[in-house]
Amino acid sequence: MERPSVEHSHVHHMDPAVEYSSSKFGMWLFLGTEILLFGGLFAAYAIFRAKYPEMFFEQHKELNREMGAVNTCILIFSSLTMAMGVTAIKRGKQKLTAILLLVTIICGLGFGVVKYFEYGAKFAHHIYPDTSIFFSLYFMMTGLHMLHVFIGLVILAVMLVLTLKGKFTSKYNTPIEVGGLYWHLVDLIWIYLFPLLYLIG
Amino acid sequence: MANHSIAHNVYVPYLEKKGILSWLLSTDHKRIGIMYLVSISFFFLVAGVIALLMRLELLTPAADFVQPHTYNVLFTLHGSLMVFFFVVPGLAASFGNFLIPLMIGAPDVAFPKLNLGSYWIYLLGTLIVLLALMKPADTGWTYYTPYSATTDTDVVLITLGVFVLGFSSILTGLNFIVTIHKMRAPGMTWHRLPLFIWASYATAVLQLLATPVVGITLLLLIAERTLGVGFFDPAKGGDPILFQNFFWFYSHPAVYIMIIPAMGVISEIIPVFARKPIFGYKAIAYSSLGIAFISFLVWAHHMFTSGISSLAATIFSFLTFLVAIPTAIKVFNWTATLYKGSIHLHSSMLYALGFIFLFTIGGLTGLFLGALAADIHLHDTYFVVAHMHYVMIGGTVMGFFGALHFWYPKWFGKMFNEMVAKIAWFLVFVGFNVTFFPQFFLGVQGMPRRYATYPAEFESLMSLSTYGSWILGLGVLIMTVNLIAGLFNGEKAPQNPYNSLSLEWQVPSPPPHENFDEIPHVTDWTYGYGKKKEPEA
Ligand code: HEM
Ligand SMILES: [Cu+2]
Repeated sequence: MERPSVEHSHVHHMDPAVEYSSSKFGMWLFLGTEILLFGGLFAAYAIFRAKYPEMFFEQHKELNREMGAVNTCILIFSSLTMAMGVTAIKRGKQKLTAILLLVTIICGLGFGVVKYFEYGAKFAHHIYPDTSIFFSLYFMMTGLHMLHVFIGLVILAVMLVLTLKGKFTSKYNTPIEVGGLYWHLVDLIWIYLFPLLYLIG
Repeated sequence: MANHSIAHNVYVPYLEKKGILSWLLSTDHKRIGIMYLVSISFFFLVAGVIALLMRLELLTPAADFVQPHTYNVLFTLHGSLMVFFFVVPGLAASFGNFLIPLMIGAPDVAFPKLNLGSYWIYLLGTLIVLLALMKPADTGWTYYTPYSATTDTDVVLITLGVFVLGFSSILTGLNFIVTIHKMRAPGMTWHRLPLFIWASYATAVLQLLATPVVGITLLLLIAERTLGVGFFDPAKGGDPILFQNFFWFYSHPAVYIMIIPAMGVISEIIPVFARKPIFGYKAIAYSSLGIAFISFLVWAHHMFTSGISSLAATIFSFLTFLVAIPTAIKVFNWTATLYKGSIHLHSSMLYALGFIFLFTIGGLTGLFLGALAADIHLHDTYFVVAHMHYVMIGGTVMGFFGALHFWYPKWFGKMFNEMVAKIAWFLVFVGFNVTFFPQFFLGVQGMPRRYATYPAEFESLMSLSTYGSWILGLGVLIMTVNLIAGLFNGEKAPQNPYNSLSLEWQVPSPPPHENFDEIPHVTDWTYGYGKKKEPEA
């Protein structure tokens, strides 16, 4: 009986290069599924917008463009600081990385505060998720996005603590890079939501 | 874990450590595989008992054993548990976890901690569904709106549970894809991979692409019930058919999440017991991907009668027939492998042959349902019930049982009683056909599904089906007892009881902690039985 011949080599553990590329690959796949998750909502948006164009046009005026625009700027800026943080840690600058992560976190929190006032204003005008299909979409899409902001903030906070503990160096920084990818996705999705919901017409 | 040079050459069976925490905190893919195996088997048995209760109710035309509402709850639970708790995670998570690293020559999966996390998420999902049992849903496992948005049973909890399970499924699939890409031993090229690995890969791709869609669908249903969002409610301008579109966009591919791993199992068992190289290796490998791809184009065949346009229905009907091609390729290649082989009827081989036979019937009857005109007549009748069970039991469950018997020595280092296993197989096979074959006739004669009562004219076929379910139940019982008994009094298993060529058989049974003392260097494909010939580049 022939067998696959088994020669011996002594690699036992994932070497760092494989670990790095695996983590990044895994994160990209995960981001793909996140986009598909939102994809369901985008599909619903497309269907109902085609069905009720006037409703979408009339009701989108209720949304607060200024607040939406401010939040867009905040998120884009936070993506920038995040990217700078990744570069910084690759150069081994732990302190700078920590500061940049902190700024990113503050931006994320700022985004949440603005959203809080926005939602508050809607409720004050008696606008709820069951008010109309348009507002159902508005609350579902921004709500699910907000949930992702929270998850992103938790990830960033963990990264910040680990950075302060000196876990990351110029050689080992995969988690920051992978966490950064996630934050960029959160930003990217908002960049689609903003025109679709606030800038119709 | 700290000192790996010590672990070298020291035999550490992964079963040795004791205590529940040593399991729940283990990142060893083999232990995680066992935890999945135990969990899914448990749900299979529970859902099976529920099925027997349903059949008991259907023994006579009247509702004499349970009332219709209870019956609705029973089929909802039966369907939900079977689909989301057993077949979807089933082979993929249990055997996938156990086998993928072993078969590709890796010490573990790419992300062992994430792997454990997936199992915890699975547990969390099951806990949520346990809570949902306080006021169990009566919607059927598809949770169709508008009924699911209005019934006063607890739809939110059970769908939340399924949503959480979906997450577990996504993370497992992701882990497997990265593992197969990045962790193959030197020399294990794509075209040397065992076919079970190809199947797991195609399954994982489906899990990643389809599961998020059902996730968002269920979230929307939950929002509909809790926040009053109106996407599926015509009164609010929503569209109830939208739910069906979203749902089947997942659930049709999900059918292949259920079946492709079983096909992978069959492709492993047949060459070993026919002692021939698998015929058409590449065709089998790529047809898995082909099925995965086409499965996304056919979801609307579940909705021919739900009011889609006749043009759309015609297109989907045509696309549905396309799935038959890659499936037929596989069946043809398995049969060609068997042809003139020196066949040894090990119990796992019997299940593999059962698979080919029953799955072919399931597939052919599917063509009736894919054909527009016939579907209008057969939709939501017992014909569908029979078709679905021929595919799911004839396919997934046969593959699962086959895999259990085939890799049992490797999992546990013990042997079971082969004679008893054959008797159990015989009962399962006969019982299954007696249960479900009459249902094709019931369906054609117009017996609708999901009713606790039925007109007296159907009594003889209906009670025949119930008697069959008892034979089937007895077979599964004997099989279970036999496999469990083997754990305690079975003989010690040799490393490679069937003289198999694939890598998992080249390590001790059960395999040591990190699978291989040294990472193997692969120089040939897996199926060189008899003649050792690699398929041309
Ligand atoms: C052990 C043998 C089994 C028996 C006797 C059995 C019996 C039944 C019965 C009586 C029904 C209800 C039919 C109706 O009223 O429409 C049913 C439905 C169903 N079964 Fe099974 N079943 C078995 C195994 C399985 C397995 C292994 C699976 C999955 C892989 C499965 C999946 C389903 C599904 C999805 C439904 C539809 C539930 C619904 O209508 O919501 N069954 N089965
Ligand atoms: Cu289908």
